[in-house]
Amino acid sequence: MTLVALALALWAGAWALNVRLAAGPDQRRAALLVPALFGLTLLMLWELLVRGLAVPMVILPAPSRIGAAIAANAPILWTDFVQTVLRGALPGYAIGCAAAFAVALLADRVPLLRRGLLPVAGMMAALPVVGVAPILVMWFGFDWQSKAATVAVMVFFPVMVNTVAGLSAAEAMQRDLMRTYGAGYWSALSRLHLPAAMPFVFNGLKIATTLALVGAIVAEFFGSPIRGIGFRISTSVGQLALDMVWAEIAVAALAGSAFYGLIAVTEKRVTFWHPSNRD
Amino acid sequence: MTEAAAPGPATLAAATARRRLAARGAALRQSVLPVLGVIAALIAFWYLACIPMNAAQSVLEAARAGAPVTPAEASERRGMSGLALAVQNPAEAAARAYGQERPRLPAPHQIGAEVWAATAQVAPTSPRSLLYHGWVTLSATLLGFAFGAALGVLLAMGIVQFRVMDLSVMLWAIVSQTVPIIAIAPMVIVVLHSVGISGIVPKAAIAAWLSFFPVVVGMVKGLRSPDAAQLDLLKTYGATARQTFLSLRLPGSTPYLFASLKIAVAAALVGTIVAELPTGAQAGFGARLLAGSYYGQTVQIWSALVAAAVLAALLVALVGAAERLVLARMGLRR
Repeated sequence: MTLVALALALWAGAWALNVRLAAGPDQRRAALLVPALFGLTLLMLWELLVRGLAVPMVILPAPSRIGAAIAANAPILWTDFVQTVLRGALPGYAIGCAAAFAVALLADRVPLLRRGLLPVAGMMAALPVVGVAPILVMWFGFDWQSKAATVAVMVFFPVMVNTVAGLSAAEAMQRDLMRTYGAGYWSALSRLHLPAAMPFVFNGLKIATTLALVGAIVAEFFGSPIRGIGFRISTSVGQLALDMVWAEIAVAALAGSAFYGLIAVTEKRVTFWHPSNRD
Repeated sequence: MTEAAAPGPATLAAATARRRLAARGAALRQSVLPVLGVIAALIAFWYLACIPMNAAQSVLEAARAGAPVTPAEASERRGMSGLALAVQNPAEAAARAYGQERPRLPAPHQIGAEVWAATAQVAPTSPRSLLYHGWVTLSATLLGFAFGAALGVLLAMGIVQFRVMDLSVMLWAIVSQTVPIIAIAPMVIVVLHSVGISGIVPKAAIAAWLSFFPVVVGMVKGLRSPDAAQLDLLKTYGATARQTFLSLRLPGSTPYLFASLKIAVAAALVGTIVAELPTGAQAGFGARLLAGSYYGQTVQIWSALVAAAVLAALLVALVGAAERLVLARMGLRR
C-alpha cells in the first residue's frame, strides 16, 4: 500500500511542478521539460503501481522487467527489427510514396484524370485497406515482399490525395508570375508547384509513417517467416511471455517515433519558409 | 401583344429554373462522368488482370480436361510466370479465368455473386451471413468510436484551457499513435480477458485508441479557430472564460469536429477489424478475413473486404449527413 501511496504522491508532486514550470517565465525550457517529466512520471507510476498492487506478470509487467527483457533478448529484437522495419516497412513505404507521387503528378497534368481519380482515391483512403494484407500474402509469399506490398498499398492513397491537393496550392498570383516569366510546365513545376506542395506532401508522408509500420506488422499475422515483430508478438502472447511482448512493442514504438521524427525534421528543413515553422 | 413582348414573372422563373437545371447537368457531367470513367477503366483492368493471375490454374484445368497446352509437361510449367503461361495459351487462359473455385484473383462478378449469396440468401443470424459479421464488427466500432470521440473532445478541451496539459499531453498523444496499434491489440485482448473482460470491450478499446487522436487534433484546432477580434469582442462584453468557451470556442469548433469525426469513424472500423485478427475471433469481418486466408478462400476474403468497404462508406456518409444537419441548424453551412 505504501508503494501505491508513494505513486500517488509522486504523481501529485510532478503535476504541481509541471504546472509551475508551464506558468513560469522560461517557456523554451518548459516546452522540453514538461513533456519529459510527464513521460517519466507515467513510467514511475506504472512501476510503483504494478509493484504496489502486485499485478501478475501475465497481465502487466513492470517497466524494469521490460527493460531487462530488452537487454536479455537484444539479438532477437534486432533480427525482428530488420525483418519488419528495414525489409518490410521501409521498401514498401518508398515504393508506395513514389508511386503515389507519380500518379499525383500525372493527375495534376491531366484535369480529366484528376476529376475522375480524386473522388475514387478519397474514398479508398477512408476504406480499411489493411484488409488486402491476406490477399497480398497469398500473392507474394510469406517473406518481406508481401509485407512491402501491403505497406505500399496502404500508404498510396493518403500520400496521393495530399500531393494532388498540394500541387494545386499555389496561388493565382504566383501562377501569373510564372506565366509572365514565360516558364514552361517543368520549370513552373520545379520552381513553384513542387515547393508549394511540400507542406501537403509532408503531411501525407507523416500519416504514412505510422501506416507503414501497421501494414508491415498486420501482414505478418497472415503468415511470416519465423522472425519479425508481428510474428514474435503473436507467438509470445501465446506463451504468456508478456515481458517479451512489451519489449517488441517498445522496439516498434521507438522505430515508429524515430521514423516519424525523421520525416518531421526533414519537413522542417524543406519547408522552412512555411508560416507554421516561423518563430 | 405587350404581354408577348415582355416575359411575365412566371416565364422568367421558369427560365431561371431551366438554366439552373442545365448548370446542374453540366456540373454532373463535369464531376460524375470522369469518376465513372475511372471506375470503368479500373474494372476493365481488373478483368484483364484475372487472365494472367489465374493462368496457372486455368492451364492446369485445361490439361486435366485433355486440351493441348504448351508446354505440355507440368514440371516445365511450374517455374513459369502467369503472364508467360497466358501468352502461350491465350484461349484456355481467357476461357477458364473467370469460373474457378479458388482463383488467385476473383473477377468482380464472382465477388458480387458471393456478396449477394452471403447477404440476401442466408438468414441474417447465420454465421455464414455477411450481415451477421457486419453487425459484430459494427457494434464494436460504434462503441469504440463513441468512447474515442468523447475522450478526444475532453482531452482537446483540457489542452486548450490548461497550458500544462498542452505541454505534457500533446506530445504523448502523438507518440501513442506511432505505437503500431496492431502490436498492442493481441495483448490488450489477452490482458482484458485475464481480468474477466472479453467480447466487445477489448475490440472497442482498440477502436477507441485509433479514433481519439484525429478528434484531439481537429478539436484543438477548432477550439483555437476564433480569431483575436472575436475574442476581443467577448472581452469587451465582460464575458468570463467559461462564457467565452461556451458561446464562442465551442460553436466555432463544430466544423473541425465533424471533419475529424469522419476520419475517426473510419479509423475505428480499421481498429475493430485489426483487433479481430490476432485473437481467433469467431465473428466479424476480421475473423472472416483470417478464416478465408487460412483456407485459401479468396472469394470469401474479397467479399468480406467489399462488405467492410461498404460499411466504411456508410459510416462516413452517416457522419457527413449529421454534419450537414447540425451545421445547417447552427447557420454555419456555406
